[in-house]
Amino acid sequence: MIDELGQFALVLALALSLAQVGLSIAGRVRRDASLAGAGEGAALGAFIAIALGFLALIHAFVTSDFSVLNVAANSHTAKPLIYKVAGAWGSHEGSILLWCLMLTGYGAAVAASGKLPFGLKASAVATQGLLGALFIGYMVFASNPLTRLPELPVQGNSLNPLLQDPALAAHPPFLYSGYVGFSVVFSLSVAALVEGRVDPAWARWIRPWTLAAWSLLTVGITLGSFWAYYELGWGGWWAWDPVENASFMPWLLGTALLHSAAVTEKRGALASWTVLLGIGAFTLSMMGAFLVRSGVLTSVHAFAIDPRRGVLLLGILGIAAGGALALYAWRAPALKDEAAFTPVSREGALFLNNVLLAAATAVVLIGTLLPLIRAAIDGTPISVGAPYFNLTFTALLAPALIALPAGPLLAWKRGDLPAALRRLWLAAVIALAAALATFGLVTPRSLLAACGIALGGWVIFGALAEAADRVKAFRAPWREVGRRAGGLPRGAWGMTLAHIGIGVFALGASFETAWRAEATEVLRLGQSMHLAGFELRLDRVGQVFGPNFEAERAHLRVTDRAGRLICEAAPERRLYAAGGQTISGVAICPRVLDDVYVVEGDRRDAAGGPGWLIRGYWNPWVRFVFLGPLLMALGGLVSLSDRRLRFAITARARAARQPAPAPAE
Amino acid sequence: MRWLPRATLTRAVLARAALPLIATALLCAAAADPADRLANPRQEAHARQLFRDVRCLVCQSQSIDESDAPLAHDLRQVIRAQVADGRTDDQIKSFLVARYGQFVLLTPKASLGNAVLWAGPVLVVIAGAAALFSRRSKTPEPPGLSVEEEADVEKLSREQAS
Repeated sequence: MIDELGQFALVLALALSLAQVGLSIAGRVRRDASLAGAGEGAALGAFIAIALGFLALIHAFVTSDFSVLNVAANSHTAKPLIYKVAGAWGSHEGSILLWCLMLTGYGAAVAASGKLPFGLKASAVATQGLLGALFIGYMVFASNPLTRLPELPVQGNSLNPLLQDPALAAHPPFLYSGYVGFSVVFSLSVAALVEGRVDPAWARWIRPWTLAAWSLLTVGITLGSFWAYYELGWGGWWAWDPVENASFMPWLLGTALLHSAAVTEKRGALASWTVLLGIGAFTLSMMGAFLVRSGVLTSVHAFAIDPRRGVLLLGILGIAAGGALALYAWRAPALKDEAAFTPVSREGALFLNNVLLAAATAVVLIGTLLPLIRAAIDGTPISVGAPYFNLTFTALLAPALIALPAGPLLAWKRGDLPAALRRLWLAAVIALAAALATFGLVTPRSLLAACGIALGGWVIFGALAEAADRVKAFRAPWREVGRRAGGLPRGAWGMTLAHIGIGVFALGASFETAWRAEATEVLRLGQSMHLAGFELRLDRVGQVFGPNFEAERAHLRVTDRAGRLICEAAPERRLYAAGGQTISGVAICPRVLDDVYVVEGDRRDAAGGPGWLIRGYWNPWVRFVFLGPLLMALGGLVSLSDRRLRFAITARARAARQPAPAPAE
Repeated sequence: MRWLPRATLTRAVLARAALPLIATALLCAAAADPADRLANPRQEAHARQLFRDVRCLVCQSQSIDESDAPLAHDLRQVIRAQVADGRTDDQIKSFLVARYGQFVLLTPKASLGNAVLWAGPVLVVIAGAAALFSRRSKTPEPPGLSVEEEADVEKLSREQAS
């Protein structure tokens, strides 16, 4: 019964989204506030309806209702409750429902925001409704999460055990709220093109949405990377896998958008470029969804299994992105964009950031798509893997990081580079000293890693120097410094934090990549192996039983050179009977910045008795790799709390207190 | 899975390939297995270097350095044998390409069809630089404030904003 109600709610949401489009367009054309208001009501209604459908699916998962195909294929009675709930978005159908939930949620938030001018708002709500209708239509007709099975199975198929993990349960909601957050920017960009006006006020309106989407996407990607690190047992954190690339492209373009929107907001320049990025960020989000969900990339053959879905998703991408880009080609030349600036200026620095980020996006895009294109054109399958991405990406990122600290120190319009560099002398000295120390002290020597450390230090201390400069630290009395620090806009602090975050990431990535150590041995009980100054001794191997798996668990003593106990590592090999998969449970001994990472392999019986293949990694400074992006996301959130954006929130709260317009019939 | 109808099975398989970041397989980094290693550590390290550039053909998106698949194991042993024989990297790679096609190498070789990989990003950077400088020559600089005046204005407006 609840499933049928959920099913009904999903269809209702489709109808409401279509009504949202019609009413908003009619309201905009006739300049009729009540019609447009009804469109906003429909947006709210669509969100509520999708939320009901989503709750119905969660209910089906929690109660293990195997008459629902999606539940039967992805759940199991023995699965822990949290993964039953998370199973609701663990499958294709469920994740599309989550996508629609986010899409209508953001649509409702735009509809409820009280700050936008009438025309822009109505056009944006209509665009958001159109996106909603496209995706909800796809879900209802081609990817329905609540479809019933004709025959009722006694037990479900269970969720892939690799996905039964807290980080991965939280990964899709963050990732999708980031992906889909860019839909608001997309809608506001399309609306701005329709209205024919892009001005600093518009740039300020897209700012909170861009910041929110970007921060959430950052957290989502970091969670995914962290999951890949500790769950997959390979000791790495980024593989340039097509699926990772799909989430990375909108992030790169979203980062470019944050910076170009700042130029448009402060100076009115780069307006049409900002609009293009606003369209591009969500286009790449949709393309990521298409690439991942159609299976066209993860496996060349999966596309042939169910080509209908892939083609439909491609169709949606074509309609939404193609339409928006056509509108852009038609309307953008009319946008006013005349504010002048010299190359050495704040605008120039932000422009450089945009060029490099756009080129980095191009690297990822071309590298991800070229194998498909080559296969389609001349049938020569090629591979583009990590070596290509590492090389080109580093080549583009390095100049961006070199230029970064100077950017915020340049004045708008016409900057004074020597003066900016003079204020960065201390950062330069620290970076150079760090590089020399790294090169001299850490063996084996690595010039590349030393350069990476220098860049990281340069960016971190450059950002700190800029913040110190703003508050006149060391130059004014401390009371004055405190007053200035309190008076600085949160946006400035957010920027400083995010820039420190990228520096911290650069430190971790350089250090970890250069000096990660690996050791693999077959150990019998009581034997030990060396791993980068640690000793791992296999004490015993026992059996443990989890809620839905049984495991063979090895117990290892990890000691340092002096023989001090670092930790007791207990990696395991789990067998999930429900799906018949064996996966490894990694043991991580966290140090302050480093991890000793232990994986238990298969059992090798030799003449001397049973042995186990034990693989150990030492990942120095790996903490920075995850801490950096989290600092960046935190910076985004701090910026989001800026009081200049807070009006929007109070206005929205005021609007919410007023009686909501009746939903359209 | 045996109790599910056939169409369902297909969907279940699809659903498995679903979540982002799932493409990496289960027990990877099998390359370091002590049973397979070359006796000469320098040759072994060199072979490992090569593994990272060779695709595991039956996996989703992995090098043979990471994959546990039997084919990846076989390829590793072939490459180890060739490294031990003292063959050059080019010879080993040509051998692999002759057998499996360009698909087997993770770094695509420089060719006309692949030129866009390197040219694409460079073109973006050139286009950006061109846009920046053409914009400067197009728009004559208005007689504006001096740098000092600009800084004063900025300072005043900042103080007002806070």
